[in-house]
Amino acid sequence: MAARLKPGQGPLDYGSRLWLRLLFAAIFFVLYAPIITLVAFSFNTDKRGVVWRGFTLDNYARAWNNASLIEALTNSLVIAVIATVFATVLGALTALLMWRFRFPLKGAYEGFMALPIVIPEICMGVALLLFFVNSGMMEFFVHMPWPLNLGNIIFAHVTFCFPFVAVVVRSRLVGFNRQLEEASKDLGASEWQTFWSIIVPFMKPGLIAGALLAFTLSLDDFVITFFTSGPETVTFPVKVYSLVRRGVSPEINAASTVLIVITVVATVLAMKLQAPPRADKG
Amino acid sequence: MENWKQNPRVFWTLGIPPSVWLLAFFIIPLGFLFVMSFSDKAIVDGQVSITGYDYLTGFTNYIRAFDPLYLGIMWKSVWISALATALCLLTAYPIAFGICFAKDKWKPLLLLLVVLPFWINLLIRTYALIAVFRTQGYLNKILGWVGLGPYEMLYNNFAVVFGLVYVYMPFMVLPLYATIERLDKSYLEASLDLGGSQFQTFMRVTVPLTMPGIVSGVILVFIPCLGSFLTPDLLGGANALMIGNVIERQFKAANDWPFGAALSFLLMYATFGALALRYLFSLRSKGVDV
Repeated sequence: MAARLKPGQGPLDYGSRLWLRLLFAAIFFVLYAPIITLVAFSFNTDKRGVVWRGFTLDNYARAWNNASLIEALTNSLVIAVIATVFATVLGALTALLMWRFRFPLKGAYEGFMALPIVIPEICMGVALLLFFVNSGMMEFFVHMPWPLNLGNIIFAHVTFCFPFVAVVVRSRLVGFNRQLEEASKDLGASEWQTFWSIIVPFMKPGLIAGALLAFTLSLDDFVITFFTSGPETVTFPVKVYSLVRRGVSPEINAASTVLIVITVVATVLAMKLQAPPRADKG
Repeated sequence: MENWKQNPRVFWTLGIPPSVWLLAFFIIPLGFLFVMSFSDKAIVDGQVSITGYDYLTGFTNYIRAFDPLYLGIMWKSVWISALATALCLLTAYPIAFGICFAKDKWKPLLLLLVVLPFWINLLIRTYALIAVFRTQGYLNKILGWVGLGPYEMLYNNFAVVFGLVYVYMPFMVLPLYATIERLDKSYLEASLDLGGSQFQTFMRVTVPLTMPGIVSGVILVFIPCLGSFLTPDLLGGANALMIGNVIERQFKAANDWPFGAALSFLLMYATFGALALRYLFSLRSKGVDV
């Protein structure tokens, strides 16, 4: 084996092996080609969308003038914003509880909190559907004016988002130097003052990253929304689903591109914030 | 960490809101689903009622789930998921391995490139695949240039497996990357120095030492594959039903909620089984963990 190495190439220098590079290129091509084509063809003039005929923004104009599509997008954004606020608060409370206290059955509690993350989405979707119908919440919210008729979906989204926020915030809190808290209390600050002026500022990057995560999860969710939405309350993914079932159209490409841009920006931001800055440790 | 009794006021303030929320919108709904799985549709005046139920009547729904028809679908869900997981492992391992041995300045970018598709809406990624594979799609267009096709590539098991691999591959890369990165590279050098070939080193040193990551990745991918609904629905159509599609049908078109509830619980038990396996592996590999 060693005989085949090029000069300057160590036996463990796999990164410079041609076969690995080719494999990398092939896998990334398969991963990205469909998405890039989708984005590219959202600017295509051809209606059938297979052959490139020329650049246009007509598809975006058409998507923009499609009232039901815009309504679905608005619904999705409203749900995502409200669900994010609730999920961030609940997630932060959970994270603080786990980080600060020892209590009986903590392991079991932690397991329960992780359940919404691990159980199949479809199970959670049908369980919530059953619950909303039997508790009368479905009936109650369906007749409410917009945006209150989105209530069910918001409740559902908060439920699957906040455990994720808890995980993100808790991993941020692990790096907290508890002496800061003790110093604050020694200097006469109350529990509340210490919380607001010491702990919250430290948690902030985790809170923002968690909130962005919740926002993307909510905006992207199809399965749970599919089961918990009423006939009048359509979200963007549910709308796209019904369009996709009818066939491929450049209008969907345009709408999808907008959603891709929103999520990618939110994700890259979240990742930047989540990377722990080494300097402020300890 | 302090004992909760030292500061019960803060403890309850922090603990009550999330616990109540989880109880109200997760545990209780699951309870409803559980009860429903043991119930039957009510018979009113000799007719099956649409909305009425006789609660807690027995195991009929579970027994029905073991009808050969549904057993077949469950079995198919398992092998489709297993195949997709295996293919994910085969593609993700070289990716994770390559990133670990890439130059440090490239690592974050490469990792981001792997994870990014994961954050793009599942529905949109599936739609993108439909556009590639459909009969008038891009792939058939390209094949047409060399005089092949068009082939019917959607609505079969192959399309579902490909879709699952495409969608869940990033899930496999991350745990693999984490273990390979922590692997002490001097073991590999030692093996090579002692005359092992690259292949032997890989099979007898790298793979066993990264087993915890492999197990994590396999289970992290297998679970969502098994419970997937959207991918088999859009790429498989009526020809490649998985358990998720049968559940959806019971709650929408077929309107047989008790049976759907029983199937949901069977799916959940399978999920917990996979998680328990992962836990057992993590106990066993603690000694070797690097």
